[in-house]
Amino acid sequence: MTMLTAGFADPVLDAQATFRAVLEAVSRPGRIQRAGGALNPPAPLNQAAAAVLLTLADADTPLWLDGGSAAEAWLRFHCGAPVVAQPGAAAFALATGMPPALAALAQGTEEEPQGGATLVLQVSDLAEGEGWHLTGPGIEHEHRLRVTGAPEGFLSAWVANRAGFPCGVDVVLCAGDRLTALPRTVMIAEG
Amino acid sequence: MYVAVKGGERAISAAHAWLEETRRGDASVPELAVAQIEQQMPLAVDRVMAEGSCHDRFLAALAIKQAKGDLIEAAFLLRAYRTTLPRFGASEPLETARMRLRRRISATYKDLPGGQVLGPTFDYTHRLLDFALAAEGEERATGPEASAPVGEAPRVTELLAREGLMQRERDDEAEPGDLTRQPLAFPAERPVRLQNLARGDEGFLLALGYSTQRGYGNAHPFVGEIRVGHVTVEFTPPELGFPIELGEIGITECQMVNQFKGSRTEPAQFTRGYGLVFGHGERRAMAMALVDRGLRARELGEDVTAPAQDEEFVLYHSDNIEATGFVEHLKLPHYVDFQSELENLRTIRKSAEQALPEAAE
Amino acid sequence: MSALESPRAEGATMEGYNFAYLDEATKRMIRRAILKAVAIPGHQIPFGAREMPLPYGWGTGGIQVTASILGPADTLKVIDQGSDDTTNAISIRRFFRRVAGVATTEHTAEASVIQTRHRIPERTLREDQIMVYQVPQPEPLFRLEPRRAETKRLHALADYGLMHVRLYEDIARLGHIAKAYDYPVMVNGRYLMSPSPIPAFDNPKMHRMAALQLFGAGREKRIYAIPPYTEVRSLDFEDHPFRPIRAPHACALCRSTDTYLDEVITDDAGGRMFVCSDTDFCAERQAATAQEAAE
Repeated sequence: MTMLTAGFADPVLDAQATFRAVLEAVSRPGRIQRAGGALNPPAPLNQAAAAVLLTLADADTPLWLDGGSAAEAWLRFHCGAPVVAQPGAAAFALATGMPPALAALAQGTEEEPQGGATLVLQVSDLAEGEGWHLTGPGIEHEHRLRVTGAPEGFLSAWVANRAGFPCGVDVVLCAGDRLTALPRTVMIAEG
Repeated sequence: MYVAVKGGERAISAAHAWLEETRRGDASVPELAVAQIEQQMPLAVDRVMAEGSCHDRFLAALAIKQAKGDLIEAAFLLRAYRTTLPRFGASEPLETARMRLRRRISATYKDLPGGQVLGPTFDYTHRLLDFALAAEGEERATGPEASAPVGEAPRVTELLAREGLMQRERDDEAEPGDLTRQPLAFPAERPVRLQNLARGDEGFLLALGYSTQRGYGNAHPFVGEIRVGHVTVEFTPPELGFPIELGEIGITECQMVNQFKGSRTEPAQFTRGYGLVFGHGERRAMAMALVDRGLRARELGEDVTAPAQDEEFVLYHSDNIEATGFVEHLKLPHYVDFQSELENLRTIRKSAEQALPEAAE
Repeated sequence: MSALESPRAEGATMEGYNFAYLDEATKRMIRRAILKAVAIPGHQIPFGAREMPLPYGWGTGGIQVTASILGPADTLKVIDQGSDDTTNAISIRRFFRRVAGVATTEHTAEASVIQTRHRIPERTLREDQIMVYQVPQPEPLFRLEPRRAETKRLHALADYGLMHVRLYEDIARLGHIAKAYDYPVMVNGRYLMSPSPIPAFDNPKMHRMAALQLFGAGREKRIYAIPPYTEVRSLDFEDHPFRPIRAPHACALCRSTDTYLDEVITDDAGGRMFVCSDTDFCAERQAATAQEAAE
């Protein structure tokens, strides 16, 4: 058995800082935040995705992931989140490779749209000021966001996700120790 | 020249110092020990534990002392403390059939296995002030010693159920909800309803239970049984896999027997209303059982017409910590909202006055 | 449980409690609710509100939201009725100084988190600030339909006819909408929302505000949010447009004519004066005037 690398050095304050980064990301879609720079999670987990899950996932949030046994063991140990086999049963879905279809994740209901899942999606790179044109709540005029390594067909799936509002999935994009978010309200035009 | 009022911080500190002084009262009178409250005001302690949702006699007594005897304030202190405690897990269900009884009465049978045990009760006391209690330091008579009841005391509802006359409660094996973790949602399952009632305000439960007896809700209750005593609390640590005893707690259980006319799928039979509370609290357990039965109207296909049958109304208003907070928050400054009402009213009146002469012309 | 284990027995310090009072599991639960609230602007998210050491109805929802977002880098401002010096604002500010040790301020410009009851500061808020509103009653429809099972359905259907009818009846009877505070708003064109009991005068400040706005209702166990730069429209009618109301006077202290004013009774012979409700804003204006006079 291999030793697990450590979680947050300061579980209280590191979780607080990561939460504020995610809150800022969801509030201002497309702006890039930093999180998890001090973490050393097992591959293929990146630092930001690891920090997000350490901060938000626990025994009350079913987790789906595709990251293999080392990542699963690490997250099980540090978060205590129950791992589920069906993406549709998860509150958090972690995709390190090709993610499940947005429509296959929990959408919530008209009365309880907050039941929609959060997809933590690892991508190869994020850059502001170029690429997609984002508009919607949280954005004064327009934010530009370049996502390198976004899954194929993501934009058309996003149009369908938005059409289901208030139901739908929220996405946190993570690359290295950087992250940004796409709440279900955001409109994305190709750049 | 007007200056905005300052010095609130000093005022608060001074007010709290004064509060502390009034709590202690006349210093020439000996101070109450927490143990005295625990021993000599046991029913106040029981109520605070029930509404504070935390079984700890010492802390409840301490809360009563700190709250100057205001039992809702004391329950609030206990709740606010309870909420910070780590949660290790859930105990095994209490087995009340194996209760170490102090009191056990049934109104539906003259005698029954295990017998009627009157126990320490106000029932049949004549409510005459006992001036002898005003004399301190006197040895009081102790009750005569009797042998403990022998043999099993099966629950009355179980005796009826064996005959097929009492509806069996179904165990759906589902993990019961916990309203201290998840907010209420409707329709509410019975375990959550019972949890809500067990923590509910005694006065509110009493009034609602009373209303079902007066025609607001179609109840025909009999006290199948009230039992007061101690039960063992057991916990199964996951690493052991078998239950271990944690200790004993005092509780009161009431099972009300109610008539049920039956439906297309079920024969006529009795149904139950259930009350279970910390400590010795018969009034509370009985009222809870009446309201529980009232809230089963929907499940039993009865018309929901009375307040005690209306689960949203009952469950949202039973909690005296929430209720007292919101009623008393009206003391907080509201002058900003009031000012906007004032200006709005002035505007409405002004336009009405302007309209009047025109109408007269 | 012995007496010695209880924090009361340790005296008045807050030793034995977690940073910002709440345990980490509770913070995670509240943080998840906040994120979903931001993702669904104006929609009320039920959450497992905890008992707080302050009474329900006295800001427990706002306190739980603040406790879940606050970090050591923050500077907290707490106001009640626009003022930093009202007793409940002092009490809440003291609570966070005790349990989180954060810096506090009375200056709007210096604050990164502003917890408020009943007002929005006069000074325009920035992107690096977060507003936390204390909410007594999150359900905007509660006077028209008290059943939450039913209002939940109405929100799902975006069926807000009841509210329009109510406001229209006011106009028919009184010539005006008789709602002066807690005036309902539509958020992002989808959800009807209670802005909390702020005066209607403050409603326009919510529209496309640069700061994130979070709302916490502890007793009713709901959290909701307005992301920055989001459309917030006060309900009105074409022939009766929304009008923010304020007392038509100048502040007796800073001479401001466009701020919200408190009316102060000065004697029992009808004497009264009007002063800014936002005490920090008023003090800054007075200081600026004094400086100009000195120069």
